[in-house]
Amino acid sequence: MVANEGAGGRVPRRDAMGSALAVLNRLAGTAVLDRFGLRKPVERGVYGATRTGFGAVGAASRTFAATQRLTKPQRLPAAADRGQFDLTPDDEQQLIRSTVVEFAAEQLRPLAAEADTACTAPAGLLAKATELGVTLVGVPEQLGGLGTERSAVTGVLVAEAMAHGDMGLAVACLAPSAVSTALVLWGDEQQQATYLPAFVGDDVPAAALAVQEPRALFDPFTLHTKAYRTAGGFVLDGVKSLVPRAAQAELFIVAADLDGRGPALFVVESSTAGVGVESEPAMGLRAAGMGRLRLDQVALPATALLGEGSSAVYAECVRLSRIAWCALAVGTAQAVLDYVIPYVNDRVAFGEPVSHRQGVAFKVADIGIELEGMRLLTYRAASRAEQGKSYAREAGLARRLCAEKGMLIGNDGVQLLGGHGFVKEHPVERWYRDLRAIGLVEGSVLV
Amino acid sequence: MINLEIPGKFQQLVDQAHQAAAEFFRPNSRKYDQAEHTYPKELDMLAALLDGLSAAGGGAGAGGVRRGSDDSGKGNKNGANLRLLLGTIEMCWGDVGLLLSMPRQGLGNAAIGSVATDEQLARYQGKWAAMAITEPDTGSDSGAIRTTAVLDGDHYVLNGEKIFVTAGERADCVVVWATLDRSLGKAAIKSFVVDRDTPGFELVRLEHKLGIRASDTAHFRLDNVRVHKDNLLGSPEINTEQGFAGVMQTFDNTRPLVAAMAVGVARAALEETRRILEESGVAIDYDRPAFAQSAAAATFLQLEADWEAAYLLSLEAAWMADNRKPNSLQASMAKAKAGRSASDITLRCVELTGSLGYSENSLLEKWARDSKILDIFEGTQQIQQLIVARRLLGKSSSELK
Repeated sequence: MVANEGAGGRVPRRDAMGSALAVLNRLAGTAVLDRFGLRKPVERGVYGATRTGFGAVGAASRTFAATQRLTKPQRLPAAADRGQFDLTPDDEQQLIRSTVVEFAAEQLRPLAAEADTACTAPAGLLAKATELGVTLVGVPEQLGGLGTERSAVTGVLVAEAMAHGDMGLAVACLAPSAVSTALVLWGDEQQQATYLPAFVGDDVPAAALAVQEPRALFDPFTLHTKAYRTAGGFVLDGVKSLVPRAAQAELFIVAADLDGRGPALFVVESSTAGVGVESEPAMGLRAAGMGRLRLDQVALPATALLGEGSSAVYAECVRLSRIAWCALAVGTAQAVLDYVIPYVNDRVAFGEPVSHRQGVAFKVADIGIELEGMRLLTYRAASRAEQGKSYAREAGLARRLCAEKGMLIGNDGVQLLGGHGFVKEHPVERWYRDLRAIGLVEGSVLV
Repeated sequence: MINLEIPGKFQQLVDQAHQAAAEFFRPNSRKYDQAEHTYPKELDMLAALLDGLSAAGGGAGAGGVRRGSDDSGKGNKNGANLRLLLGTIEMCWGDVGLLLSMPRQGLGNAAIGSVATDEQLARYQGKWAAMAITEPDTGSDSGAIRTTAVLDGDHYVLNGEKIFVTAGERADCVVVWATLDRSLGKAAIKSFVVDRDTPGFELVRLEHKLGIRASDTAHFRLDNVRVHKDNLLGSPEINTEQGFAGVMQTFDNTRPLVAAMAVGVARAALEETRRILEESGVAIDYDRPAFAQSAAAATFLQLEADWEAAYLLSLEAAWMADNRKPNSLQASMAKAKAGRSASDITLRCVELTGSLGYSENSLLEKWARDSKILDIFEGTQQIQQLIVARRLLGKSSSELK
């Protein structure tokens, strides 16, 4: 190797050893080994199983039709300006939070490992999440929901509490309410009348907000998914990445660049011709059943455009989604802290608990300090959003901090458990994988 | 109801403190950085002004907050702790060293404000009090101090040596930590108010420092200094159950204020850096991903995110004090985050602005020097980490050393 070449500089040419390795690799990949029982079945891997388990076209959707007439869209009013600095949730929020905390501990955490392996959330669990009514809080009473005012902070508290159970399952549970929240915030009277009744019923459809695209340095304000105006409406074309519950989703809200003028949001029913999904299992968030959404010349009616294609609406969507991801990061980072504290107190090395060593104890302290910072930034962004104040700065900073410190906390969590952190007997390795998502994902959840 | 914005009723105070910082501190910043140990006489007028504001309930310095003040009624409170914190942030946006030199706003005043009896409080009203804890052989381990206090009739006789006494030369009196009985450990440590002109209380020298050079840092020798027993702050009883809690309680009030100082100076550096970057054609965009912007913009966003965490943690600690919630954990969290972030932010701002920031033509290099002390005094970064770790892990100081 030439010393002055950096990473990505010179690629060594394949020599005899390289060729032998390549042959060995191909051999290892054939089915011959399996036929002779030379490989344990489990080695075939979950990845292949989930990959073929997915349908090639979008899930068949119910017929969404307006059952009631609205003369104007129903919005939740901005929350009142509170006047005072206060970190105490109101009574209703405390009640909602304690309910979700219990749900996360009893329903999400015990199922998390299995759902992570299976790359899907159990249907029964999702039904229970519906019963919990988390979607209803963000929907106005006039539309059958429970909301009386804009409640981004409540959304944050719910996401945080859920992610304390499991981030992947939390995303699966919260994905539909991202769509219903978007419809409440930006849908017109016809869109609301057509789609929202399903979200306040007993059988809430799987639905997803699809913003992410599969490429490096993805910028949600520069989209490769294109939308063109046609005589009858729009045609969408492109690929969306890391879409939760993609295979089951009956309804998508898709971000696409409209006529080269910037991003806009479109309501897409999964049964529309040209909509295809494929599984996209990832490092983490596996329980959310992530998939790619392929849009191949998908023709949409003129009524599919959300928020009149306004750039302000789209920017708000990106920011509110980031705040939701921050809340998920806070919940999972808290799970890490709550898990490592008893571990380092119980684990004895050199004759005393490892927590008696500053090298261990200071890492725990830093997790606590950075986690509290993440939480406060997230709360501030959400609180400004619901009060109708500007929050671009606060949402952007919350995302930066949660991306950076969330990853650090996942990393340190595994480190503090040592080898035990690396094995699946403990949940910390899963949190490590999940927390890496913060900072790169866009869309999917919304507060 | 969760809301992390500053109440409108404090806006006037913030504006006043900001203008004082902009009109009195900033124009004198470089002057007293260079003329170390010269008394900043401009501050006398400002201090008089602040005394007036203080009387009107709008003080803006490190004057200390009395437990139980602003304690009327039920429900969420935004009171004296938060007000003081906000004032401190603004003043340190102006100049940390000059704030520490503000007459009658010393850390000793905070100690008196926190633990003195009503009689003592009245007696020291209007006095400028410095704080003397550290000794040549005792830094963070303040339980190991050797300065002794021996009761002799109505007086205590103090003997020992004290270093790093901020505003020690200029103050009217110094709050000195001394032990009544070294064999009884931390519980025997008490604080005594010593008037500067007491016989035997000798100023040895003033230190030359990396930063906050406008603030004098004194070294004292106490040679049979006699102080009246009424000058002992708090209770003279040695309560081994309560241990160190009495004197350490001061820190729950002062640590958020030091965090606020760090937040103030770091904000000054961020604002100036942003101005210079924007002049150089670097725009900061909060919506676009950091990695889709220039490396300078991405760095700036990271620094500002750390700053925001330090700021909000400080507000949280003060808010808890206002609402009489125990805040030792949050005070240390705020101090730890703000202390390390301020050093990181101010140093990186110098890097981002190149020779513009490194040169004495700008205050950026000065802020990068001034900020360092904030991660050291009132408990170093490592002490804060220890406190946070002990609280989170449920460990005593003998278990987690």
